[in-house]
Amino acid sequence: MTPSRLSRVVLPLLGLTVVLLVWTALSQTVAPDIPSPVRTWQESRRYVLEPFFKDGELNQGILRLAYYSLIRVGKGFALALLIGTPIGFMLGLSRTFHETFDPIIQFLRPISPLAWLPLGLVIFRQSEPAAVFTIALCAMWPTVINTAAGVRSISQDYLNVGRVLKLSRFTMLRKIIVPATLPYVFTGYRLSLGLAWLVIVASEMLTGTPGVGGFLWQEYNSLVYSHIILSVITIGAIGFLLDRLMGVVEARVKAG
Amino acid sequence: MPYLEVRDVHKTFATPRGATHVLGGASLALDDGEFVAIVGYSGSGKTTLISLIAGLLAPDAGEVVLDGRPVREPGPERGIVFQQYSLLPWLTAHDNVALAVDAVDAARPAAERRRRTDELMTLVGLASAAGKRPRELSGGMRQRVAVARGLAMRPKVLLMDEPFSALDALTRATLQDELLRIWGERRSTVVLVTNDVDEAILLADRIYPMTPGPGAVLGPPIEVGLPRPRQRRHMSLEPAYQKVRHQIVDFLRACRRGGA
Repeated sequence: MTPSRLSRVVLPLLGLTVVLLVWTALSQTVAPDIPSPVRTWQESRRYVLEPFFKDGELNQGILRLAYYSLIRVGKGFALALLIGTPIGFMLGLSRTFHETFDPIIQFLRPISPLAWLPLGLVIFRQSEPAAVFTIALCAMWPTVINTAAGVRSISQDYLNVGRVLKLSRFTMLRKIIVPATLPYVFTGYRLSLGLAWLVIVASEMLTGTPGVGGFLWQEYNSLVYSHIILSVITIGAIGFLLDRLMGVVEARVKAG
Repeated sequence: MPYLEVRDVHKTFATPRGATHVLGGASLALDDGEFVAIVGYSGSGKTTLISLIAGLLAPDAGEVVLDGRPVREPGPERGIVFQQYSLLPWLTAHDNVALAVDAVDAARPAAERRRRTDELMTLVGLASAAGKRPRELSGGMRQRVAVARGLAMRPKVLLMDEPFSALDALTRATLQDELLRIWGERRSTVVLVTNDVDEAILLADRIYPMTPGPGAVLGPPIEVGLPRPRQRRHMSLEPAYQKVRHQIVDFLRACRRGGA
């Protein structure tokens, strides 16, 4: 076996084994309420092996639940990009805009999704749009910040080309500013998607909407702890896949 | 009255460590169709001077006048070939040139602009590499694209800021020969900035030596006086070549000794 295969396959498996052993040890000693890996699997197998079954609003196969969550994240993420990208460009392009709104943005940025959600519920009176609103509001900041930073870091050389050619503002934007900023924009998108996925769990838990987060909270209330672990693992796996997916898109954009 | 005139320009930059006095009253004049070179040590302010002529920078004092009009902002009539090529990496070689053609010939039909772009690519010997991105091209090919883009601007004067300094010696020689050929066909007005005395003599009609900064000025111009078309191979043997070379080198050395 080559060293690279050893480090790519064997070592991660070793790491997984260690975690499963620690988990087992904890469930049999200090945390007896936590089911062991084996029990977790036994109690969750139907959700995994029939991932799309539907018995009720919050009793569904894990991939069906994940699908609801993904749709919601997709809406919130799309809204975040739609709002965040132009704001980022304006922040980067206009000094006045930057000086007017940057303090507000720095102030809004660290606000937790848990704080926005009730406001969303007050505004929309329904959990679904409130969740989307919360996701968009929390997820758009990396897009805003990265886009603005990207615009500001455009090489003066490229801008000088535009100045010498006396390009119109629109051509300058289309041919120079936007393409030069694109790699930064997509880094922002990847971070925004990660945040959107973080927020979805919290917003579903609070609103009780069907999805992985809603399921997790319901199973906590029903004392089915193995399903909490199932949800946690699902959330992690999907978050990982989303990040990888956006990583591929980002790399393609950067390669031009 | 000269076609392009730089009158006693001064330029000082504010830096975190205090003001840097770069140009202390540089002047030059050239006629329509003339090829002038400015030769000086690295860091003496050559790029600053060419940026002032391009209008990318404004002088603190003095002025630049082209064809009777003072220069106040950048524009394609002072087409520039940058030292670092400054090609847009997301556009193909063809599209980099087309950007300039489309901007300058906006009023002409698209087919004609396309034909002109193709002609320029052929002129610089890049017709077959037109579809490649800058990063797929060698340094020499990138600079050819930059030259084609400079010519695409239909400049009254073509400004070249150490265009070949980043290239290896062999590629540099090839591109100098190419530039000599293109200039022979078009007789554009050119201001070339370089730190290579031989390059300046090979290409220029007249050479201004630049004193090393701070507060750089241009010394009295030296006429090259070698017949055209010039051939690199025979040139260095001619007494006139040696004479010009000594004049420039002696001037620059004297300045450096005096300054240091």
